[in-house]
Amino acid sequence: MTRTVSQTYTEATGLADGEWHRMHKATPLLRGGIAIVFVAGIIIANLRERIINLFLGTPDYPSGDPIDAIVRHNFVWPAIGIAVVVIAACVGVFALSWRVQTFRVTHQAVELRSGILRRQERKARLDRIQGINVQRPVFARIFGAAKLEIVVAGHDANLYLSYLPSKVTETLRREILRLASGVRASDQAEVGQAAVPGGAPAQRQSSTLGILSDRVDEFVSPADLDPDAAPPATIVRMHPGRLAGSLLLSVPTLVMFAVLIAMIAGASTGRLWLIIVIFPMVLSLGGLFIRRFSKALRYNIAGSDQGVRIGFGLLTTSSETIPPRRIHAVELVQPLAWRPFGWWQMRMNTAGHTRGKNSAGEARTTTLPVGSIRDVQRVLPLLLPGMNDTLRDAIAHAGMDAHADQSVFSSAPRRGAWLRPFSWRKTGYTIADGVIVLRHGAVWRRIVFVPLARMQSVEVEQGPARRILDLSSADVHLIDGPVHAKVPVMDTRAAEELFTLVSAGAIAWADAETPHRPDERGES
Amino acid sequence: MSQRLDAAALDKAQWRRVSPKYVVVVIVGSLIGGIVAAAIAVFAWLVLHWWWAWIALVIIAVITIVQLIIAPRRARAIGYFLRDDDLLIRRGIMFQRFVAVPYGRMQLLDIERGPIDRMLGLAELRFVTAAASSRVSIPGLVDSDAAWLRDRLVELAESRRSGL
Repeated sequence: MTRTVSQTYTEATGLADGEWHRMHKATPLLRGGIAIVFVAGIIIANLRERIINLFLGTPDYPSGDPIDAIVRHNFVWPAIGIAVVVIAACVGVFALSWRVQTFRVTHQAVELRSGILRRQERKARLDRIQGINVQRPVFARIFGAAKLEIVVAGHDANLYLSYLPSKVTETLRREILRLASGVRASDQAEVGQAAVPGGAPAQRQSSTLGILSDRVDEFVSPADLDPDAAPPATIVRMHPGRLAGSLLLSVPTLVMFAVLIAMIAGASTGRLWLIIVIFPMVLSLGGLFIRRFSKALRYNIAGSDQGVRIGFGLLTTSSETIPPRRIHAVELVQPLAWRPFGWWQMRMNTAGHTRGKNSAGEARTTTLPVGSIRDVQRVLPLLLPGMNDTLRDAIAHAGMDAHADQSVFSSAPRRGAWLRPFSWRKTGYTIADGVIVLRHGAVWRRIVFVPLARMQSVEVEQGPARRILDLSSADVHLIDGPVHAKVPVMDTRAAEELFTLVSAGAIAWADAETPHRPDERGES
Repeated sequence: MSQRLDAAALDKAQWRRVSPKYVVVVIVGSLIGGIVAAAIAVFAWLVLHWWWAWIALVIIAVITIVQLIIAPRRARAIGYFLRDDDLLIRRGIMFQRFVAVPYGRMQLLDIERGPIDRMLGLAELRFVTAAASSRVSIPGLVDSDAAWLRDRLVELAESRRSGL
């Protein structure tokens, strides 16, 4: 296998030129980072008495740790030899794994080759990309590295380019998205040149001071270093007070209060063992709060010509760009406790982030952690770009504001109160401009927007209880995710009408889209 | 006043029924379920001496008998209909379900045959979309029908592919 591996990172278009490239030089260290910390942890745990002794000089030092065992068995030189061999082998394997890990971006796909013994080649087709995510863990930021995640549909199918110099990731992401959206190769050259700020990064990196100031820049600058950021009017900034308030008024807080009460009760009746049981729970809940808060604090969202970009994170940052027509559903949800404040949360379903992948998935399907009605009205156009502005605003307004004119939405008949006593009036749907909007829920009010071109199938159902009341339920099936599109109670005739409208709309709107991508037919 | 749901009334859908032999599959399924549940109840009653287990036994017997009585109707309630651009499926009497799946949303088709299905020469066709909740399947198809339907659906899906 003969191939040339180019390593010119300084040119902006250099990484998306169809040649094979290597990763950032610190990659083995960053990828092995957790393992190194783990091994160090084991060593320190085993030698803690010796270390304490070293610093404090405890007189009754117990001689039971591995080093004593080695000394006692006259095994010092072999032990050192083994340690040296192991370290050398690790360094060698890391260096080799760095050498063999290469990637390239062609006009059809992003390809990644990796592995020493088990060679792996992974290919993500450009027209199948569901989103591109730039993640920058704290540890990697110290080295000025970032991880580029190419999100495609399917379980564990994502392609990770870890790690790349963080300066080039933004450009590379833009290049890949540009290729994916089918822009001609001739346009790329000028765009690439425009994207290099300063134009001479190689010179700056040569001095130690330059590297240092680069690192400092990285931490100070916001999560997005995108030169062609969207107009500021579309960006929603997180309000720390509101964010803290929204976390205080959430389910984990209620759990926390219950736990605290149990703790106090336990302590006052002398059952101290209760505290031992409960304390770890408190710690983990506290951790959850801090994680959510710090993650959402630097939240930002903006539209760009290549799709909507959503950024999260304080120390470990991530910023994802989702191309248009990759969002399958958008949900506005309002828990009961947020109602007096008029706060809403927004979530979405995309094919890339299926449920239960990891805890990060939760944050990545959240498109707005908490926002006012105005914030929601700003974000919605980014997520539903195809929809008529006036219609969308009117529907969202009617859904979120109880005093607004509700006639846009259908409503369940009064007998629906037998099954949904608090929300039957606000259980219904409307179809406008190729998007079905459903709403329901009393404790959690939900408004779900589903572009008909994205839905998978539609179902209406009637069980015995609903038959007696002449009611039915409807369910628009979506790709897996946090959002479910349901109308739990509605008149039977209305359900039949919904079934007819939605099943016809699903075909018509999907057909209306396909002429944009004639190359997609047949070959997918 | 109770009205039955008929989602395809406007289309005057010509439902295709599944094979009449499918009744046997439903009956055997209900019987096996009933016998297993009854065995557990009998065990609890006679061995563990839980006196109330005989009440459970009576309930299980009643449910099984009702299921056996409605089995032919359950089998007849299953229908499918190939419209121009989507597949309609209906199931159930107590819990009626109507599903419409556009051909373009199909990801893959499965044909499954259980042991009783094989004895009777039947097959179940499963229609998988990108949504886990679609759960669209047509049981009780005659083997040759299942193969024909699969080929037809693949052909229709090819011509209307909408991608993900």
